[in-house]
Amino acid sequence: MNTVSGPLLEVENLKVSFPGRRGELRAVNGMSYSLYSQQTLAIVGESGSGKTVSCRALMGLLPQAAVVTGSVRFAGAELLGLTDDEMRRHRGTNLAMVFQDPSRSLNPTMKVGNQIAEAVRVHRRVSKAEAREQAIELLRLVHIPVPGRRFHEYPHQLSGGMRQRIMIAIALACRPKLLIADEATTALDVTTQAQIMELLLELRAELGMTLMLISHDLGLARSCADEVIVMYAGQIVEQASTPQLFTHVRMPYTEALFEAIPRLERPAHSPLPVIGGRPPDLSALPVGCSFAPRCRRAADDCRTTAPPLAEHEPGHRWACWHPCGDGDPNLWTLRCCRCAAWSRSSWSGTMAG
Amino acid sequence: MRGLVQEFVVRDYGGVKGGVVHAVSGVSFDVWPGETLGIVGETGSGKSTLARSVLQAPRPKEGTVVFRGADLVTLRGSRLLQARRHLQMVFQDPFGSLDPKWKVRDLVAEPLIAYRVGDRAARRHRVDQVLELVGLDPAAHGDRRPRELSGGQAQRVAIARALAIEPAMIICDEPVSSLDVLIQAQVLNLFERLRAELGLSYLFIAHDLALVKQVSDRVAVMYLGKLCEVGPGEEVYRQPLHPYTRALLDSVPGSTTALATKTIRGEPPSPVHPPSGCRFRTRCPRAEQRCADEEPAMRELAAGHSVACHFPLVPAADTQARSEEKIGDTPR
Repeated sequence: MNTVSGPLLEVENLKVSFPGRRGELRAVNGMSYSLYSQQTLAIVGESGSGKTVSCRALMGLLPQAAVVTGSVRFAGAELLGLTDDEMRRHRGTNLAMVFQDPSRSLNPTMKVGNQIAEAVRVHRRVSKAEAREQAIELLRLVHIPVPGRRFHEYPHQLSGGMRQRIMIAIALACRPKLLIADEATTALDVTTQAQIMELLLELRAELGMTLMLISHDLGLARSCADEVIVMYAGQIVEQASTPQLFTHVRMPYTEALFEAIPRLERPAHSPLPVIGGRPPDLSALPVGCSFAPRCRRAADDCRTTAPPLAEHEPGHRWACWHPCGDGDPNLWTLRCCRCAAWSRSSWSGTMAG
Repeated sequence: MRGLVQEFVVRDYGGVKGGVVHAVSGVSFDVWPGETLGIVGETGSGKSTLARSVLQAPRPKEGTVVFRGADLVTLRGSRLLQARRHLQMVFQDPFGSLDPKWKVRDLVAEPLIAYRVGDRAARRHRVDQVLELVGLDPAAHGDRRPRELSGGQAQRVAIARALAIEPAMIICDEPVSSLDVLIQAQVLNLFERLRAELGLSYLFIAHDLALVKQVSDRVAVMYLGKLCEVGPGEEVYRQPLHPYTRALLDSVPGSTTALATKTIRGEPPSPVHPPSGCRFRTRCPRAEQRCADEEPAMRELAAGHSVACHFPLVPAADTQARSEEKIGDTPR
C-alpha cells in the first residue's frame, strides 16, 4: 500500500455525535485534514475539544451509540462503515493506538511479555514460540533492558515509563503504518516523558511510521510535531506547520492558549493573560463561531456566521473572521514581551470564570 | 509573623517488614512571610509527603517544624489545632477534597465552624467575602454543589475554604495539575492576587517547572526524598547548579534545547533502598566514586543559592560549553 501516492490518511468532514437526553451531543463537528506518510501530526486542544473522540473514530473504537459520519480514507481505502471484522484487519497492521494510562490498559494479571505476544498472535498466524521471540524483539525495540527477564514480569512490577514502553511495544506488534499516541506521556514525569517522546520519534524514523500525537500540551507539539492542528469545540480552528504556527498565530483561541501557559522565559509573579468563560456546551453550540463568546476580537459577524476553515496562507488554515496579527509578522514575539507588562487590573475583570 | 523554619531528619513510613520507605530524608528549608517557595520533583520524590509532614498529617518521624515560633511536632491536641489554624492546604483534585453532598456555602463555612469563629451571621458574611475574593458570586454559586461546578470553580471553592479562617500560609499540592491550560492560568493569577492582597506565604508543590517558576520567589528541587538545590527562581532556572536540575530543565518540551539528546537515562531508584552517598548518582553523568562514598551536604555557592552536590555544574565556563554542545547535536 506504500505505493499509493497522496496522503496516508484523509479525513473529510468527520462528525461524531452522541444522542442524549438533552439532545444530541456533538463531539466532533466536521473535521477535515490529510496526513502524509512519515509526518508527525499533533492535535492539541482542551479537554472536551474532541481530540480523543475524533481519533477513536478513526480506529473504530467508539461506543455503539456514537453516530459517525463523513469519510476516513487510509491509503485510499475507506474506513468508516466497515464491519468489526474488516476493521480488525486495519487495526494493528495499519493503525495502532497508545493510550494515556498504561496501568489501566494493561492486564494486571498477565505477564507483560504474554500481552505483547498476544497482540502478535491476534494479527499473525505464528506459533507461540515465534510470538514469544517477536515479543522479546519488540521489548528490545522499545529499549527495555534485559527483555528476557522483563518478559516474565507483571505490570505492577514496572514503573510508569516502563509500562508505557510496553504499551508502545504492543502497538508496534504488527508494525503499523500510523501510530496514534493519545496523551501517551501526560501521566509521566518530565524526564520520563522526554524519554518516551525520544523513543517514539526514533521508532518513527526507524520503522518509517507516521505519528499522530494527541495532547493538551503545546510545548510537546512544538518540540515533536511537523504539523499542528488546534481544536476547539469539536472543530479544527487552526492548522499549520509547527514553525509557522508558533511564529504566526492567527486564531485568537490558539493565541490565548499560548499566552496562558507558564513558560520558563516568563518572569516570576507576572500575571498570565487569561480569557474568561469556558468551552461551549456541545449539545447547544452557538450559531456563529463557537469561540466568539470568549474571544476578545469577536465582532457582530462572528456571532451570526461561523467562519469556515480555509487555507488563507499556503499551508496555514484557520477559521476566523478577524485573525490576529494581520500584517504583523512578529506578532508572537511582540506579545511575549508585552504580556509581562499587562497589568493585573485589565485582567481581573475576566477572572470570574 | 515570624519566619517559618521547617526541618526534618529522616521521615520513615515503617512497620512493614521488608523495608522502610525513605520518603523524605533530612529536608530543611525556610519560608518567609509573603514568600512563595516552590518545590519541584518527579513523582515519588516525596513532595506530597513533605507537605503533609509540615501539617503533621501524619507527624514526621524526626525533625522540627517551627511555625510562628511554635514547634508543631511537639504540640498535641487542641494546641496543635490552634497552631495549625493559620496553615491551610489546597489539594490537587478539588472534586476529591470537597464533599459532593455539601453546598458551596457550607463547605466554605466548615473551617469557621470548626474553629468556632463568630456567630452565624458573621460566618455567613465571611463566606460571602471569601467567595467574592476568589472570584465566585455568592448568590449564584453559594447554593450549588461541587458537581454543578467546573473544575476551575471547584478549585476556587477549595481555595476559598482554605482562606476562610485567614491563614498566614497555604500549602498547595499540585493545585492546578488537573485543570486545563486556560483555567489553570485563571487559578494561578488568583494565587498571585491573593498573595499580593493578603500577604500570604505559599508552599507551592508541582511537577511542572515552568509553573513553579511562574509563582515562586524561591525554588527547591527535590529528588528521592532530599533537596538537591534551593535558590531564587530566576537563578535556579538560568544557572542550575545540580545536574538533576539541569536534566529536569532539558526535559521540558518546547524548551530552547527542544528534546534534548542528553535526557537522563533510567528511572529513580526505589526509595526503600536509596543509593548510598548522593541519591542521584545512579543517573548522574558526573558521578564519581566520591558520590557513592560520601553524601553531599547542602552548601551555598551563591547568595541564597545552595546545592547538595560534590561536583556542581561550575558556572560560566561549563554552562557555555554545554550550550554549544547542544547546538551541535540538534534533535532529529
